[in-house]
Amino acid sequence: MADAPVVRLDKVEKWFGRTSALQGVDLTVQPGEFLVFLGRNGAGKSTLLRVVARLVRPNSGRVEVCGIDVLRHPEAGREKLGFVAHSSYLYRSLTAFENLQFFARLYGLSDAEDRIHKVLRWVGLEKSALRPIHGFSRGMQQRLSIARATLHDPEILLLDEPFSGLDLEASELLGGWLESFVANGKTVLMATHDLEQGLQSARRWAFVDQGKIAEELTGTDAHIRDRYKIFLKEKRRDIF
Amino acid sequence: MTFFRQAGAIFWKDVLTEFRTKDALTSMLLFGLLVILMFHFAFDQADSLQMDHYGPGLLWITFVFAGLLGMNRAFAGERENDSLQALKLAPISWGAIYLGKMLANLMFMLVAESVILACFAVFFDFNLLPRLGRMCGITLLGTLGFASIGTILAAISMNTRMSEVMLPLLLLPIALPLVIGAVNATAAIFTDPPGEYLGFWMKFLVVFNIIFVTLPLLLFDFVLEE
Repeated sequence: MADAPVVRLDKVEKWFGRTSALQGVDLTVQPGEFLVFLGRNGAGKSTLLRVVARLVRPNSGRVEVCGIDVLRHPEAGREKLGFVAHSSYLYRSLTAFENLQFFARLYGLSDAEDRIHKVLRWVGLEKSALRPIHGFSRGMQQRLSIARATLHDPEILLLDEPFSGLDLEASELLGGWLESFVANGKTVLMATHDLEQGLQSARRWAFVDQGKIAEELTGTDAHIRDRYKIFLKEKRRDIF
Repeated sequence: MTFFRQAGAIFWKDVLTEFRTKDALTSMLLFGLLVILMFHFAFDQADSLQMDHYGPGLLWITFVFAGLLGMNRAFAGERENDSLQALKLAPISWGAIYLGKMLANLMFMLVAESVILACFAVFFDFNLLPRLGRMCGITLLGTLGFASIGTILAAISMNTRMSEVMLPLLLLPIALPLVIGAVNATAAIFTDPPGEYLGFWMKFLVVFNIIFVTLPLLLFDFVLEE
């Protein structure tokens, strides 16, 4: 018997004023999957992730995370999630340790200190733990952002353009971490428009266009790259 | 208890951040002291100035405008690196975000107001000591209501164009009853013996505080909702 899905979207619609951001999206994600949403800017990828995280309330449809209806129980649903975006979501005047300590308190973690030291070691920032993060490079901030998102050991990691602005070394590190995250049976959902970075371990792909999942594929990033270029060309032809 | 622990974590974070940056407190204190200084020179020549008549108004005008500066900074830290999103992503009631930030704003305002009050007493040669207990009570009630309504309006105006202008436009009319109550209660204790309406204005402040603290707690989820 197949595992119960960790994410399930059923006919999800979202409007921002008169603009439709999501149009009846259906999606099922199994534990341990690495799903990448590809699409142009404004296609609806970020909104899709934000609906799963219940940062955005859909106008209609149903969203479940680990079997929890997040529209009814958003707090319980968020407990299962970690979210990494282009912005680090960190406080510049606090040290790396204080930032993580703050989030540990919000998540009610009992063994906070141990966990903080563990994730700081994991992202290679243990020596910078007591430095305010305003002196951190973009790569260091993004590593700390991953530490923040994984501090409470979430089942699902949501990533919204996490590679933008990262240099090659930081991108390779992030790609490696994602690989190990998935290898531990956890799930990754990532939105990106960049096919060049960190997608080696992704095996499932969804092309998003005009608030819909236009096409779903499985395979390696090398295989997907060509198919996505054709998809973008077709969409460009539709516009002109 | 969890709700208050979460609010406490946000309060601690805001206090620690303010301790490092001193953004809100410095601007509130400097502004408040300058206003008191200006009032001092403006009214210095007026022999007929009756402290019990003008004093409460001058004091609360200073508190309100200094408080506005602090409120404008209330969500500034959350805009940097978009960290409000991380608060919204945490498995907490969004009401706890409101409560934590409101308590931090209340504390910053009370610290600034205590310095302003001391300077007011010095500049206007006003004997505050016999009235200090009552003055603290009125200041606490007036500031609690102002911080409560100011925090939710700061969150609403945060994402609007010209948020620094929008906040006073929203806050001042809504906080007006509270300011009227605080000014009248202060006027009642500036006379010797205290005015007979002190009890009425204190009750007035308590009622408005109940409304101004409860409503934002119930409505804050809708403010943060996208």
